[in-house]
Amino acid sequence: MKIVVTVKQVPDPNSPQRLDADNTIARDGDVVLDPGDACGVEIGLRLKEAHGGEVVLVSMGPERAREAIRKALSMGADRAVLVTDPALEGADVNTTARALAAAIGSESPDLVVCATESYDGSTGMVPPMLAEVLGLPQLTFANHVEVNGSTVSVHRQTEDGYQVVEAPMPALVAVTAGIAEPRYASLRGIMAARNKEVRTVGVADLGLEVPAPAETVEGVEDAPSRQQGEIVEDDGASGVERIMALLQAAKVI
Amino acid sequence: METTTGTEHQDIRASVRELCNRFPGSYWQECDQQRRYPEEFVRALTQAGWLACLIPERYGGSGLGMLEAGIVLEEINRSGANAAACHAQMYTMGALLRHGSEEQKQRWLPELAAGRLRLQSFAVTEPDAGSDTTRIRTFAERRGDRYLVRGRKVFTSRVQHSDLLMLLARTTPIERVTRKTEGLSVLLVDLRQAGGRVRVSPIRTMVNHETNEVVFEEAEVPVENRIGEEGRGFRYILSGMNAERILIASESLGDGYFFVDRATAYARERVVFDRPIGHNQGVQFPIARAYVQLEGARLMRDRAAALFDRGEEAGAEANMAKYLASEAAWEAANAAMTTFGGYGFAVEYDIERKFREARLPIVAPVSNNLILGYIGEHVLGLPRSY
Repeated sequence: MKIVVTVKQVPDPNSPQRLDADNTIARDGDVVLDPGDACGVEIGLRLKEAHGGEVVLVSMGPERAREAIRKALSMGADRAVLVTDPALEGADVNTTARALAAAIGSESPDLVVCATESYDGSTGMVPPMLAEVLGLPQLTFANHVEVNGSTVSVHRQTEDGYQVVEAPMPALVAVTAGIAEPRYASLRGIMAARNKEVRTVGVADLGLEVPAPAETVEGVEDAPSRQQGEIVEDDGASGVERIMALLQAAKVI
Repeated sequence: METTTGTEHQDIRASVRELCNRFPGSYWQECDQQRRYPEEFVRALTQAGWLACLIPERYGGSGLGMLEAGIVLEEINRSGANAAACHAQMYTMGALLRHGSEEQKQRWLPELAAGRLRLQSFAVTEPDAGSDTTRIRTFAERRGDRYLVRGRKVFTSRVQHSDLLMLLARTTPIERVTRKTEGLSVLLVDLRQAGGRVRVSPIRTMVNHETNEVVFEEAEVPVENRIGEEGRGFRYILSGMNAERILIASESLGDGYFFVDRATAYARERVVFDRPIGHNQGVQFPIARAYVQLEGARLMRDRAAALFDRGEEAGAEANMAKYLASEAAWEAANAAMTTFGGYGFAVEYDIERKFREARLPIVAPVSNNLILGYIGEHVLGLPRSY
């Protein structure tokens, strides 16, 4: 079974987040493999261990994204494809999904595993768009994944439980961050990662045309700071009604 | 040996940190309070292959060098953990690797690399012979195809978490050798087969470190478990000492950086008299001084490890690295205690535990005074002072 896992390098969630002058996410500080993607890699590796095959990483980002790829290769993935091109800087979700789809399509995988959303952009748009562009069934919010023959089934997390959803393969699965604890890179894994292939491809290699972004961020403002609340004194009479009214107005109860 | 690059050093650091992050301060506090061996932590390190990093690849390890091993231990201690629970699994096998027969290596190294066999106990010191190693009295008497071992060892660590114990014993009485360094042999004692002939009594210490008094009462050790030639054990032991010094130096570096990391963060956020205490030179300078000393010690550790890995003489540098790192860590420990004030004594801040732990390397596995004696005699050419 060939499993593609999408991975992304993101600013370290433990560091302060910054934007560049054009309102795109600053990526020149501390960066890490997206923690959600690490869960995707873990699921890919577990499926490979259970069913055999290969785990191929596909990433889009600057040349520096190799660091995040190396981390995932150290965990045990077999090889990687990095889509990197100056033309893709500041790409919106549409372009990102099309670029990833072009790279993934040529791999003809049985299963594509994505994280539900990235830690930095958090749009949650890429996995569904990717499935559409690739023409694959998509199983989202998966917190459990099983492969039986040519079928993949997941537990799709909902607010009050989960649904069991299945699809014929090839298919795309978007997993939740809590699906599995990612393994850490072993020493053997780190040493082995040195000799694993990381192929880089640009827009020309993929035959892509990059349109102007359909969506740009025009302005960013800090969230308003919290206002002083209302203090209701318990006078033994109307205090409770006043609090009930406030909670109802806030649609809390 | 595998050669590695700065990139791989970063990967090693990042991966060890990630593993250690799963064992937070509360885990170590609990182990410390219950005097419990950190089984889960040691298992995780073993499974990830870190403790087998010095075993060559052909025996199932990673074949890395002393610098990489040092980086692993440094990161473990920097995280707030304590590598002393298992560091010896890394290097005790050195005598076997360098002086054992191919048959012995095939028999034990792959099992050690896989973590199925634990060799992390090394019995040398005796109640009446510590640094003066040649004075040991434990005697292994040859009887046909086996030795009968009689004697008493002290401060023998991790015996209760070892399958094999490396033992230094006299095989020729000191009165019958021309040089007192002769007549000593190294035996690998299989504790699983020792029956009641190896008696272990724990010694309670001020840190959570399993160490023991071990009494051998006619314990039988097959001759095929002797490492190298009979009578030449002292040389075999010495060759492992430099490795041990470099790795202990690395742990002290980790301790020191732990204190500097914690003290710096606390000095930045703790506000007294309307400003962070880090504004005060009385708080800031001790931390900075400790950092300067740690960075200097790190350079010496790196140099000692590089010499060792190239197979060159590293005795002076390994000893100096251990001296500098343990003293720098202690300086950092005191700076952290001062910075944290009363909170430094509160268990939940981890400072008091690490403070106790950081004091040990000034004394063991070799006293810093003996390192000065070594430097005075062997580097400066002064009369022997001990």
